[in-house]
Amino acid sequence: MTGVSVSTGSTSGAGFCGHCGEPYDGGDGPPSYAHRECSERLAMEPPRYCAACRRRMKVQVTPLGWSAECSRHGVLVP
Amino acid sequence: MTIQADASEATSHATIPGTFPILETGRQQVLEDGIGLTQEQLEEVLRLPDEALPAALQLAHEVRLKHCGEDVEVEGIISIKTGGCPEDCHFCSQSGLFDSPVRGVWLDIPELVKAAKETAATGATEFCIVAAVRGPDIKLMNQIKFAIDRINEEVDINIACSLGMLTQRQVDQLAEWGVHRYNHNLETARSYFPEVVTTHSYEERLETCNMVKAAGMELCCGALIGMGETLEQRAELAAQLAALEPHEVPLNFLNPRPGTPLENQGIMDGKDALRAIAAFRLAMPRTVLRYAGGRELTLGDLGTRNGLLGGINAVIVGNYLTTLGRPATADLNLLVELNMPIKELQKTL
Repeated sequence: MTGVSVSTGSTSGAGFCGHCGEPYDGGDGPPSYAHRECSERLAMEPPRYCAACRRRMKVQVTPLGWSAECSRHGVLVP
Repeated sequence: MTIQADASEATSHATIPGTFPILETGRQQVLEDGIGLTQEQLEEVLRLPDEALPAALQLAHEVRLKHCGEDVEVEGIISIKTGGCPEDCHFCSQSGLFDSPVRGVWLDIPELVKAAKETAATGATEFCIVAAVRGPDIKLMNQIKFAIDRINEEVDINIACSLGMLTQRQVDQLAEWGVHRYNHNLETARSYFPEVVTTHSYEERLETCNMVKAAGMELCCGALIGMGETLEQRAELAAQLAALEPHEVPLNFLNPRPGTPLENQGIMDGKDALRAIAAFRLAMPRTVLRYAGGRELTLGDLGTRNGLLGGINAVIVGNYLTTLGRPATADLNLLVELNMPIKELQKTL
């Protein structure tokens, strides 16, 4: 299993939104209006969807951290 | 993140003399005599106008200081089994009955012990192991026993559990294993419960709570407000919790979760949340009243501070079960700023 160096607090540059799982349609520009709220929510909760393939991830939240694992793309950490 | 900024307006705790009879009553009945307000009286507190909120919080803070002391109890919580729950609690993203993005997952014991160590390092005295289940099966009970033993070997911290509804045998086992406190929330008022949960009854929850107390464990029995209940039902809940006489009441504010029946419920007004904090303290002058989930959304940073100066005397540090909390350092620094010492382990025994 390989770690993925995606910044999980942002949808920028990813294929899918980590919060809602819908396609990210902002390209390299600013996030669309719909995913702006998702970005805000990702400040207060871990991503649930893999930004690369949209699979739902196994998320472990601990008092001082979290990790999210995609069965195809590996483990994300903050 | 949506912050209810108006909660920050209740920063002044200057007493407003003589204009709010329920607060005069509360000062004598709760502060002086140590007797919690009744359901009808709590309704009055919850209906206080905004201009009375600073005085209500001030009174609640005085009650907390007199009857509980200045210490703040810090706790960390962790999910050993996340998601896939067969129950239909309408607020919960871990129900397997809803189209929630939360996947089922188990935490392994080494990770659990590591988290307990990290939690203890913050100064926390409580570490609560939670499972999203109706009640524990043999596999989960064996996991819990193993986890308790491993944590006790390596970490100096009280262990609490929250494993749903228990049988008498399971209650006895947990007590025998040294579980310090057991969490089982009422969540909402009896009259509103059927609107929120249909897969088990209020009475079943009460049954577990009463067994826990009878076995000598501390009962942690909490509330989740902002689910659409009326003010009367909020007062009803506070009175029903007070009647249970729990050691601790964690106070949650709804954080509407995607895919749950309550996902479109609005976030509770910050001032209503502060009124509820004051009311719960005036209902239960001696109970540990803990900030739990949802405060970041409902109250924001300034509202959080106001609650700590308005009856709250315990916090969950760091993250929750599926969502993230404020950084642990933010809360710990706030306690330092407010001159509120963290309760030490020996004081909890």
